[in-house]
Amino acid sequence: MSVTDPHFDVAVIGAGPAGMSAAATAAGHGLRVVLIDSGRQLGGQYFRHPAPGLTAPWLSKLRHGWSHFEQLAARIEASLRIDVLFEHQVWAIEPGFTVRTDRGPIAAANVVLATGSYERVVPFPGWDLPGVVTAGGAQALLKGNLVLPGQRVVVAGTGPLLLPVAAGLSVAGAKVLGLFEANPLRGYAKHPIPLLTNPSKLLEAADYARRFVGNRVPVRSGFIVIEAQGADSLEAVVVARPDGTGRRRIPCDALAIGYGLAPQIDLGLTLGCDHTLLADGTVALRVDTDQRTSIPDFYAVGETAGIAGVQTSIAEGAIAGLVIAGDRTGLKALRRRRDRQRTLADVIRTQHPIPPAWRDHLTPDTVVCRCEEVPAGAITEAVEHLGATDTRTVKLLTRAGMGWCQGRVCGYAIACLAGGGTPTDLLAAAKRPLARPVPLGVLAGQDQRNN
Amino acid sequence: MVIGAGVIGAACALYAARAGFTVTVVDSGPVAGGTSGAGEGNLLVSDKEPGPELELAMRSQELWRLLAAEGLGEGFEYEAKGGLVVAATASDFSALRAFAAAQEAAGVIADEVAADSLAEFEPYLAQGFAGGFWYPQDAQVMPALATARMLQASGAELFLGSAVTGLLTSGDGAVRGVRTTRGEIPARYVVNAAGLWSAAIAAMAGSALPVQPRRGFVLVTEPLPALIRHKVYSAAYVSDVASSDAALQSSAVVEGTPSGPVLIGASRERVGLDRTPSYEALQRLAAQAVEMFPFLERIDVQRYYCGFRPYLPDHLPAIGPDARIAGLFHACGHEGAGIGLAPATGELIAALLVGEKPQVDAEPFRPARFEEVEAA
Repeated sequence: MSVTDPHFDVAVIGAGPAGMSAAATAAGHGLRVVLIDSGRQLGGQYFRHPAPGLTAPWLSKLRHGWSHFEQLAARIEASLRIDVLFEHQVWAIEPGFTVRTDRGPIAAANVVLATGSYERVVPFPGWDLPGVVTAGGAQALLKGNLVLPGQRVVVAGTGPLLLPVAAGLSVAGAKVLGLFEANPLRGYAKHPIPLLTNPSKLLEAADYARRFVGNRVPVRSGFIVIEAQGADSLEAVVVARPDGTGRRRIPCDALAIGYGLAPQIDLGLTLGCDHTLLADGTVALRVDTDQRTSIPDFYAVGETAGIAGVQTSIAEGAIAGLVIAGDRTGLKALRRRRDRQRTLADVIRTQHPIPPAWRDHLTPDTVVCRCEEVPAGAITEAVEHLGATDTRTVKLLTRAGMGWCQGRVCGYAIACLAGGGTPTDLLAAAKRPLARPVPLGVLAGQDQRNN
Repeated sequence: MVIGAGVIGAACALYAARAGFTVTVVDSGPVAGGTSGAGEGNLLVSDKEPGPELELAMRSQELWRLLAAEGLGEGFEYEAKGGLVVAATASDFSALRAFAAAQEAAGVIADEVAADSLAEFEPYLAQGFAGGFWYPQDAQVMPALATARMLQASGAELFLGSAVTGLLTSGDGAVRGVRTTRGEIPARYVVNAAGLWSAAIAAMAGSALPVQPRRGFVLVTEPLPALIRHKVYSAAYVSDVASSDAALQSSAVVEGTPSGPVLIGASRERVGLDRTPSYEALQRLAAQAVEMFPFLERIDVQRYYCGFRPYLPDHLPAIGPDARIAGLFHACGHEGAGIGLAPATGELIAALLVGEKPQVDAEPFRPARFEEVEAA
């Protein structure tokens, strides 16, 4: 394929719910689409599923809205206008557009960014022990490999993701010793309208509540994990109120912990898209009602426009597909549905901030950046004695956030520890000049000769 | 009072403090927030032709060694690792030989390495180079840490996040401090070490100091074991550094670091302060690095960074008193060599402040030289 000749009308980056929906819609209107994903299957994180032949009796109980996936997958597989490229890692997008992948460049007239999200975590003593996994990681292991992270599991952190994680672990046979939501949930009572206008969400919550009662999963709100204990692997976690009172030690062999999701937007930020800081401290691409970003012909759908869940992702993919195809039929209804869901998503965001008290429970030797093994004490020294007043300087002086994950894991924590979590620091944590590591041979342009 | 918490400002603060002055450092941003935080930390003599810049570099190498011997070096990863300059063709090699001979006359140690001996220095270097020269005096520091540690050692009071908005002068026209966004700070002497922003500071005194940005990209790989032992670069780099062309030049300088990643610098182009990624520049650096070290082809680049060198038209820094305002000194325009030239610059400024004869002749660095050009 040639870079100068726009081979495709649309390049969709990410084959999760939003990307699948965008690709199916655009192709359904006669456009030539390339759907690119780093993984090996359609569905992304939400519709992650095991390889053919691998199954379990409880698998169907993990699957919410599976019929949506099957319908989208059928439309994509039946379409002659969609090229699906699996195991292609996009590391940059150039204006125009040239989508740079580890297997060569792809030219397209429009781009839909559907790269989803990544999980937010904050450090605490012992969080690098084997047995401590992220909530999303536990779910991916379960959905994709049918593997449990442990037999006696504590689920903790904040946000709606904790509910399906605890329910899924329980269904798959783990003993869930507790679900600890960091924030008090009474705040939802102040926002009845968005809840009542999204009745499916209320029903979903009620369904989880029933399951937790049935499976004897204790649910506590207002508690955080302040320490993971163990010699070589996890043996217990200590939970407490953010101020350190109400301490309890819970023996367990796994902890699934997550503090919500953050949009994966590095490709858009490097291209120069406008962005917006949301109430939970995450940064999303700014879009208009048609999912257009500030860069013409560049669209952001689903989590890249702010975490809002699977239904919103599917609606927004369809909106972008219709807009690019120039067909406004049905657009109004889709936008209304999207707006209603986004209103609720904004409420959810305000109810699940990361409690700032996580900082109080760090010790100087708590590792903050796991790739580069930078302890909290080194960051404190850089801030207090070496004149590092912002994220960039802390990274320069300590190498925190400079390792393989490029700060996806520790970026939020460093932004808080370095600059107190100012908007500039939080934006710096979302930026990555290369969205993925790229081999020098590919960067050198040898991919163009080899392909 | 030093304006600028980069490496030049830190060195000025350190040597002024050692000369007995009480020092304050003011910067609109954080420590090493400009060029100092965006470089590789090269302390090179190998790329400099005989002349005033080489003299300054030679004195600086000596001072870096002394700072390291004081124990400061561990805090900023000082490595006297040496540099290997390789020539692709026989004609490049003979040009390099002539260049090295002139450098040797100026005190640089440069040993010729025959083509079949290059592998003794760099076992993973590509085959087919015509030969090279070994420069044992070339060294490396981690530039942001070097800046922070020198500032710390100076004991200077830091005013970070405070932009200088004007110079305060007394009745006789001499400087008496600066005005900042956070209030006035009095000082008997003011040193302008504001790097990319030093032209604006000079302009507050009515002086012309045409410092312009020259952009560079540096690639950073995944951490590797020590497969690349020295600084290795092509003979073409020297002519790129000396060039005044605005267009993109690149010749890869490849080196390992104590923390593992290999750094691949550096492109040069004059495009103002534009941070838009240039995939052409990245592509050329990558291709040149792979040509030199074929094993790098499969190694991941984790990130790249972009920086701007404060460049003066004659490629020499401006170090010395302002032509108009008594008590105001300039120490800026070191382009891409600021880390290497910092300690000698600081020492020179300190000598000028106390009125001693400096170790290095200050005459070629006179800031007033640009005014004379304009007048002529």
